[in-house]
Amino acid sequence: MSTTETLATPPPAKPTVEPLVRLEGVKKHFPITRGIIFQRKVGAVHAVDGVDLEIFPGETLGLVGETGCGKSTLARVVMRLHNLTEGKLWFNGRDVSNVKGRELRDLRRDMQMVFQDPYASLNPRKTVGSIIGAPFRLHGTVPKNRVKGEVQELMELVGLNPEHYNRYPHEFSGGQRQRIGVARSLALRPKLIVCDEPVSALDVSIQAQILNLLEDLQNEFHLTYLFIAHDLSVVKHVSDRVSVMYLGKIVETAERDSLYAQPRHPYTGALMSAVPVPDPKLAKAKRRIILEGDVPSPIDPPSGCRFHPRCPRTQALAKEQGLTDEHGAPLRFVPRCHDEEPFLTDQGPGHTAACHFPLDVRIIPMDIDPEETGAPP
Amino acid sequence: MPEPLLEVKDLRVHFPTEDGIVKAVDGVSFAIQPGETLGVVGESGSGKSVSFLTVMGLINRKSAIVEGEVLFQGQDLLNVPKEELQAIRGNKIGMIFQDPMTSLHPFYKVGDQIAETILAHEDISKKEAGARAVDMLKRVGIPRPDERARQYPHEFSGGMRQRAMIAMALSLNPDLLIADEPTTALDVTVQAQILDLIDRLQSEFNTAVALITHDLGVVAEHCDYIQVMYAGRLVEVGTADDIYYRPMMPYTWGLLKSIPLLTAQEDRLHPIRGLPPSLIHVPEGCPFNPRCPYVFDRCHVEVPQLLPVDGFHAAACHLSLDDRKRIVQEEVLQRT
Repeated sequence: MSTTETLATPPPAKPTVEPLVRLEGVKKHFPITRGIIFQRKVGAVHAVDGVDLEIFPGETLGLVGETGCGKSTLARVVMRLHNLTEGKLWFNGRDVSNVKGRELRDLRRDMQMVFQDPYASLNPRKTVGSIIGAPFRLHGTVPKNRVKGEVQELMELVGLNPEHYNRYPHEFSGGQRQRIGVARSLALRPKLIVCDEPVSALDVSIQAQILNLLEDLQNEFHLTYLFIAHDLSVVKHVSDRVSVMYLGKIVETAERDSLYAQPRHPYTGALMSAVPVPDPKLAKAKRRIILEGDVPSPIDPPSGCRFHPRCPRTQALAKEQGLTDEHGAPLRFVPRCHDEEPFLTDQGPGHTAACHFPLDVRIIPMDIDPEETGAPP
Repeated sequence: MPEPLLEVKDLRVHFPTEDGIVKAVDGVSFAIQPGETLGVVGESGSGKSVSFLTVMGLINRKSAIVEGEVLFQGQDLLNVPKEELQAIRGNKIGMIFQDPMTSLHPFYKVGDQIAETILAHEDISKKEAGARAVDMLKRVGIPRPDERARQYPHEFSGGMRQRAMIAMALSLNPDLLIADEPTTALDVTVQAQILDLIDRLQSEFNTAVALITHDLGVVAEHCDYIQVMYAGRLVEVGTADDIYYRPMMPYTWGLLKSIPLLTAQEDRLHPIRGLPPSLIHVPEGCPFNPRCPYVFDRCHVEVPQLLPVDGFHAAACHLSLDDRKRIVQEEVLQRT
């Protein structure tokens, strides 16, 4: 394996900037109880199970993973909408893992969220003006008589007509509603905006409008984004760095270009190969890895590497080495993957992955020679 | 040219409402040959689902005005008696829907639901139908099918439910499978599994597939022919290569330019400006004219017809073919 190579490369220069958000060993378990009066705890959903993560000021960190991998729970933990079961959360250099009440409310001024469903995240009985103005009223940062002016300014900023101040959410299209959600999140000039699948409910032509808007706002207000999505092409477009999550753990983190050029974790590779490429020739040139089965239950995650029951890499290795179990049947994994949990190790500058046998192949044909495929230049 | 399996001629589906007539489908003609895969792309409200629901006879004729012809193996499905339609539906045309949770009945065992479809069309015993259901579950790649057949839909994951739906749709070996956004609710990894399964079963059963989706990547990978819909009309049809390498309609350009690519890096996306039109007040002339960057006076007056470009490739646009070829080379294909 390339372990010797990896060790030979010098450790990446430590960034001098302090991270805006830092998570250390963060866990969020949801207890499963039996009984009505005497509720016994019989188990737990390990939604987030030991996550270390840093988000630097002004950057966009993309977070990808399948349904049920814990990415939304992680976002809610960062927002302190869930309490941490274990671990530490720092925001802007301050330990905020246990802040409560007034302090928590003040903290929320600096972090806001944009939700996935633009239909469910706006109160249908409130006018747009009062939805966007709600943060001002709750935090009292703007005197009452100036709220309307501020709200209209925000509406203009996100590309809504300020004259629509008194309209209701149902009068807007999906894309416009998402703009309302963005305006609301911007009201208090936060430092961090957590975007939980902000464009997955929108049509492609509208999706591009919202992505451009988020980018413009980031440049204008020096915002930091935690951008959660399951669409790897969208994440690639918006992110500076990307983290990949599987069953409550981060399995790979890297600079955007490094991750897409050479994914190291087999799960990242499989995710990438599954993205349909809108180009018939490139699609044919793409390496196809079809993952079998579904994500296992987070109540009782697999031992060792959590990905080993589905991992195409360990299956191939076991086959290559002709490994068999005690009954002589072929093994579908290398014993090390079953027994030993891999930790995040350096795979190059700023690139970490948790795998015993990292990949060393390109998945997406990025710089394919047009001559070679016959695709027009 | 062999006899097409399905031929739709000048189909119009209009829904009268209090606010006016919603022209969901407005003059659509196309054909599907046996065994081929047709991709239908378009945004929400472009009429792609409604046109195929009409083919299946799932549009309530009391609340909609349906005109045109839907010829399936030479028979006009819009004018056959209900019993005959019932015999074709499920038997010769199968359909799978976007949301596998709401399309399976939560109270009945999965195996029984598949067996029910078979029993509705074939004169066999319940036991035989049950065995066929288990066999179908096995063919769509569900592990331990006999056990799974006795379970309820809530015990299945999203991908498994979609597999069960496919098993049900293919249990009678239909000639045409209509897949309406079959993978939109699923993760990419599961999406790849399901699309692969559809591909495999298609070659195994020689079924023609109509794949309705908004994802240009999905059609690029799985379809022989593609038709692009906008505001209830077909605006461009062609082979996959035509649509991706020689698109000839500004809306198709807009779609291709607005998607972020995994295979290229660029600073900014190029969205289509504005919003899709209301289907009650479709703009005069070309329905795309308010959003089109190349609009000129003729576009406001005259509806462009779907005119052949070459071979099977056709597009509806007033710009001259030379202008469009130049724009495609200079502006659209510059991404990679």
